[in-house]
Amino acid sequence: MMTPEEVCQILKSEFATAIEEALLDGCHPCAKVARDRWVEVARFLRDDSRLRFNLLRSVAAIDMLAEDRLACVYDLMHIPTDDPTAMTTATRTLAVRVEVDRNAPTIPSVSQVWPAANWHEREAFDLMGIVFDGHPDLRRILCCDDWVGFPLRKDYEFPVEYHGIPATTEFELTNPRH
Amino acid sequence: MSWIENRFEEGLIVTSLDWAINWGRSSSIWPMTFGLACCAIEMMAVGASRFDIDRFGAGAFRASPRQCDLMIVAGTVTYKMASRLKRLYNQMPEPKYVMAMGACTVGGGPYFKHGYHVVKGVDLVVPVDIYIPGCPPRPEALLEALMRLQDKIRSQTRKKDLLTKAKEVALR
Repeated sequence: MMTPEEVCQILKSEFATAIEEALLDGCHPCAKVARDRWVEVARFLRDDSRLRFNLLRSVAAIDMLAEDRLACVYDLMHIPTDDPTAMTTATRTLAVRVEVDRNAPTIPSVSQVWPAANWHEREAFDLMGIVFDGHPDLRRILCCDDWVGFPLRKDYEFPVEYHGIPATTEFELTNPRH
Repeated sequence: MSWIENRFEEGLIVTSLDWAINWGRSSSIWPMTFGLACCAIEMMAVGASRFDIDRFGAGAFRASPRQCDLMIVAGTVTYKMASRLKRLYNQMPEPKYVMAMGACTVGGGPYFKHGYHVVKGVDLVVPVDIYIPGCPPRPEALLEALMRLQDKIRSQTRKKDLLTKAKEVALR
C-alpha cells in the first residue's frame, strides 16, 4: 500500500514543474497539478508501472468564491485487476487538484484517459460551468438543455420562471437567491 | 327514485343511467404509473398483495397513456421531466384524472426552498384532482385517495352538462 507521500515523490521526480505542491495534510491528501500539463500527468498516473491508477472514482468541482477560483478534484484509485486476492492489500489512492480562474474556467479533459470522466466532467460543466477542452460531448447532463446558469455556484440566482412554470417560491423578490 | 337517495353525498341526485355509468367508471379506474421517485415504491406496495389495489378494480396499471384514465404522479417532478409529463397528460383520453402523490408533487416537498430544478408542485404543470400529503404517504393513504376519487366520479352527471348547455342556449 503506497502512501500518498510516496506517490507524490514519484510524481515530483517525473514532473518537477507540473506538480505545484502536494497538500498532504488533512483528511484528503492531494497533489496540486498545473492545468496545462494535466493530461500528461493523468496519462503518467494511469500508465506508469509503479502507480497504475486505473480507476477514476469521482470528479468533484469546488467553488472558491473568495479566491475567485474554481477547482476540480480527481479521486484516483488503483485496483489490482490481475490479482483479485490482493484487493485489500494492494490498492492505493490519490487525489489530484486542478485549479482554474473563475472567469475563464477551462480544464483539459481526461475522458480519453479514463472513460469514467466523460459523464463526471459533463456534470461539473452542468453544475459549475467548468469547460473541459477536448471533451467529446460537452453538454448538460442533469439540468435541462436550455437551463441558464450554473446551479451549484455560490452566487447562483434562481430563475423567476422557466417556460411558464414558476421556478422559485420567493415571489416578492425580483432577483431570487436562496 | 327513492332507492337512490341518501346513498351518496347530500344534495346529489343522479339519474339511474348516470349511476350505472359512474359505477362502471369508478370501479375500473386504470392508472398510468408515473413513478418518478420514492413514492413509486409506495405505489408498488399498493399494487402488491398486502394493500391490494386490484380489489378496487384499479390494478390494471397501463404503461401507455392512451389506455388509462388516472395518472398517479408519484415522485419529485423536475423541470426536465415537466415537459414530458405535460406531453403524456395530453395524450391521455378524456375523462382523465390526476392524483398528486406525496409532498413533492403537492407543493415541492422537502425541496421547496433550495431545489433549483424541482417544480414546486405538479399542479403548476397539469390540473390535479386529488392531493395526497405524506413523504411518502402510506399505502392506505393512496387507497383513501382512490376512494375519494371514486366518490368524485360518482358525483359526475351527464345531466349537469345538458342543463348548463340548455341555460346557455336560453340566455343567448
